[in-house]
Amino acid sequence: MKRLEYRKVTMRFAGAKGTTFTAIEDVDFSVGDGEVVSLIGPSGCGKSTLLNIGSGLYSPSVGDAFVDGERVAGPNEHVAFMLQKDLLLPWRTIEQNVLLGTEIRHLNPADSRRKARELLQAFKLGEFAERYPHQLSGGMRQRAALARTLAVDPSVLLLDEPFSAVDAQTRIMLQHDLAQTLTKARKTALLITHDLLEAVILSDRVLVMSKRPGRIIDEIIIDIPGRDQPLQRRRDPKVAGYIARLMDKLDIGEHEAQTSAQKEPA
Amino acid sequence: MNGDRSALVRRGTIASIAMLIVFLVAWEWGPGLLKIPPYIVPPLSATWNEFLRMWGVAALPWHTGVTAFEVLIGFLLGSLLGALIGYALGMSPTAEFALSPYILALQIAPKVAFAPLFILWMGFTIYPKILVAILIVFFPVMVNVLTAVRGVDPDLINLARSFKATRSQIFWKIEFPASLPPLFAGLRIGSTLAVIGVVVGELVGGNSGLGYLLSFGEGQGNTAMVFVTIIMLTIVGGIAYLLVILAELRVLHYLPKRAAGGI
Repeated sequence: MKRLEYRKVTMRFAGAKGTTFTAIEDVDFSVGDGEVVSLIGPSGCGKSTLLNIGSGLYSPSVGDAFVDGERVAGPNEHVAFMLQKDLLLPWRTIEQNVLLGTEIRHLNPADSRRKARELLQAFKLGEFAERYPHQLSGGMRQRAALARTLAVDPSVLLLDEPFSAVDAQTRIMLQHDLAQTLTKARKTALLITHDLLEAVILSDRVLVMSKRPGRIIDEIIIDIPGRDQPLQRRRDPKVAGYIARLMDKLDIGEHEAQTSAQKEPA
Repeated sequence: MNGDRSALVRRGTIASIAMLIVFLVAWEWGPGLLKIPPYIVPPLSATWNEFLRMWGVAALPWHTGVTAFEVLIGFLLGSLLGALIGYALGMSPTAEFALSPYILALQIAPKVAFAPLFILWMGFTIYPKILVAILIVFFPVMVNVLTAVRGVDPDLINLARSFKATRSQIFWKIEFPASLPPLFAGLRIGSTLAVIGVVVGELVGGNSGLGYLLSFGEGQGNTAMVFVTIIMLTIVGGIAYLLVILAELRVLHYLPKRAAGGI
């Protein structure tokens, strides 16, 4: 069953002085139930645009996105997203932050609270429920953000470089937590990342996008067992081969400058 | 860390008190030593005696009360109006664009210059004074709220939208709480400006309030009376400022601890 699907999606934005530019063109792929797919590509290739279309914040110029078989016409309860920034509200405690989405959607407060407590326990934040975000480390804040994303029980998670702002060791732990959670809760996820290794070890499949206008130019099925064990997957000898192929597709090493030259449109 | 902090507080407090003592001593005996006549700088004891006299004879408590009342009402109405308009403009870029030249013009105009006009309109009552205070408090509050609402991280708004938040949920759950720290910064400025607005109003016309006592003392050549009035005005402003700080500490309790007193 397809949880998330993009059908021939093209997105154009108005540029300066009446020009338009095409952020993504003719993007067509789907993510199956319980599958984790990573999206990798140079900066400015429209990865975040795809994610915003999936979450219903943008509507595509051409084509459609579908979640759980329904056409995405706006924000909907099947999807929740998480960004590089934790976006925790400084005036809310960690628990209140986790409950934000459930409050907005008017879900049952008692059930939501129980669920928030469970999630915080699972993410080793149980004793920090009453603290404020500034009292937590970057890694803990990012785990709280993940708990907030899961608290509304979405069927699809859209993750936009969720770990790129934390240090390398914290990132390894967060990758482990995410992989465990996604597998246990049988969630479907689309993960945007710049980190080739992260894409390989966390995913069932990696999609490679070209530079702007972004198209899908390659699909790599990651044939390594234990998707819920990224720490072990990391050591698998096949990883190097996948990364080499990704570097090849992204032209890394030939013109490195390109990957950082352009800024992604907001 | 904490040891450093408390040592700093202790040393700072001692230094502050020492400065106060030096200042009071200089005030009492300095003018005599420097042969400055009391009608230029009345010494501390003369000013204190004038204070006692005014308390009894010149109805100082009543005048102080009038001024404090005008400051309070002017501050409350001015900040309420400033906040409301700030939120409204913050949420409507079109309205802000259309109104911005007029807002800028009004902001540049010295608000106290309106005092004679208001007295012409409303006579020697408390209303023109309150109106000047409203006008002068309005701008810092409005500008801070407007900037705060405009400055909310668009990703936060998108996060709320992705949860299917309505416009009013976005306002009450994100924009309004996010605007509170700048709102309080505006209120602090407003609380001191309110005193200026009221005093100018009272100086220009009327027969009540500390501003009136100021011009009365000046007319009498009673320097000590002017001194006492300035001190009373500072106390009124200080209390207004302190009340804002106390409210701020309660409302913004979630902020990381700032410098002692938060001033």
